[in-house]
Amino acid sequence: MKITLNIWRQANAAAKGAMQKYELDDVSEDMSFLEMLDLLNENLNEQGEDPVAFDSDCREGICGMCSLMINGQAHGPEVTTTCQLHMRSFKDGETITIEPWRAEPFPVLKDLVVDRSAFDRIIQSGGYISANTGSAPEANNLPVEKAKADRAFDVATCIGCGACVAACPNGSASLFLGAKITHLGSLPQGQPERDTRVVDMVAQHDHEGFGGCTNIGECTAACPKEIPLDVISQLNKDLRTAMKHGY
Amino acid sequence: MAVTGLVFIGYVLLHMYGNLKVFAGQEAFDEYAHHLRTFGEPMLPYGGLLWVIRVVLLLSIIGHAYAAFTLWARASKARTQKYVVKKAVAATLSSKMMRWGGVTLLLFVIFHLLHFTTRTINVNGDKDSPYDRVVSSFQPEMWWVAVIYLLAMCALAMHLRHGVWSACQTLGFTNTAASRARANFAGVFLAVVIAGGFALVPLSILFGIVD
Repeated sequence: MKITLNIWRQANAAAKGAMQKYELDDVSEDMSFLEMLDLLNENLNEQGEDPVAFDSDCREGICGMCSLMINGQAHGPEVTTTCQLHMRSFKDGETITIEPWRAEPFPVLKDLVVDRSAFDRIIQSGGYISANTGSAPEANNLPVEKAKADRAFDVATCIGCGACVAACPNGSASLFLGAKITHLGSLPQGQPERDTRVVDMVAQHDHEGFGGCTNIGECTAACPKEIPLDVISQLNKDLRTAMKHGY
Repeated sequence: MAVTGLVFIGYVLLHMYGNLKVFAGQEAFDEYAHHLRTFGEPMLPYGGLLWVIRVVLLLSIIGHAYAAFTLWARASKARTQKYVVKKAVAATLSSKMMRWGGVTLLLFVIFHLLHFTTRTINVNGDKDSPYDRVVSSFQPEMWWVAVIYLLAMCALAMHLRHGVWSACQTLGFTNTAASRARANFAGVFLAVVIAGGFALVPLSILFGIVD
């Protein structure tokens, strides 16, 4: 396959970036998208140019490290992570535009790499449960309804990649926030801190500079883990309950 | 945003009910308009109920616009560097039209108040009877008035279609796939019923069904 790439290049966080064109002639359709970028970087290395910086880690679709806005879609045209995207999803001779996630709370560090520490700070503000240390309690002491366990598990698949923010016209992280709040709020272990969790996490989210949700639904369409939009409703419901309790 | 929006939904439903009285004839329509002013007498002064409604609506529009512009400003601050290529995958047309559509509706409401409430804008002779004012405004030779109103109803339909669904989400009523589908249906249903109900009046006058 012959592919033309239009890639955002930016030397560092302070530098001004710009789009740059690259041609690749020997791309196999069996390559993953990241392997295609590896190939580009090998070529750039041989030519003595600075390789394109991009994030990746497990390359199995479970860690949430890879990102990339590919032709205007977070993680590209398929419902999966960029690392699980293959070149067969593109046409021979196609021009592919690759940009980093765009959001003020996700500053670009270099080329396509953004700093997603804002998500860590949101988690630190309330995305946890408090448990006593010591001997583990008997697991069967805490019955969990099947439906609730399923829901918690489904939304716990959020890998915090940030695609929801990247796709959102408002730059909101509400789907991420909703996934974490629904996950912990569905389980008995998450109940003691349920009210403070939602209040603190929403406050941190807003403090980081993410936008507000207007329920458009681009986030859930971009989510590689298919987190449903109802987690945002759950987030709002928990917030309403917390306000009723005086928080 | 959601709560003030619900106030407006309640109001436009009542307003539409009043408008449809046009099909019951001049006497019924004018009597309804008069009743609105004498409603609650002698506990309320003449026009008292209308002033209560006006104050509630004014407070709601201030709250609604304040929330909308705050969200708008937060969104522009959250992404200062735009994408070179950005595809909208799931966004409905009505969701994309919320902001400018809302501004359009606000301008329309101002025009509408100047037209029928303060009667500052006089499109086809000032009449004493509310019924005559409505019918004379939408005559075929004044077709552009009807066009303004019908376009505004398209904007209202789109605003309601996304707004109803979005309000249900914001209030936390849509925690399952089924309730989400119901909220979406309610959005489409209210949009069609309300905008359609309003549009019937100018359309009927334009085509001579009501004269």
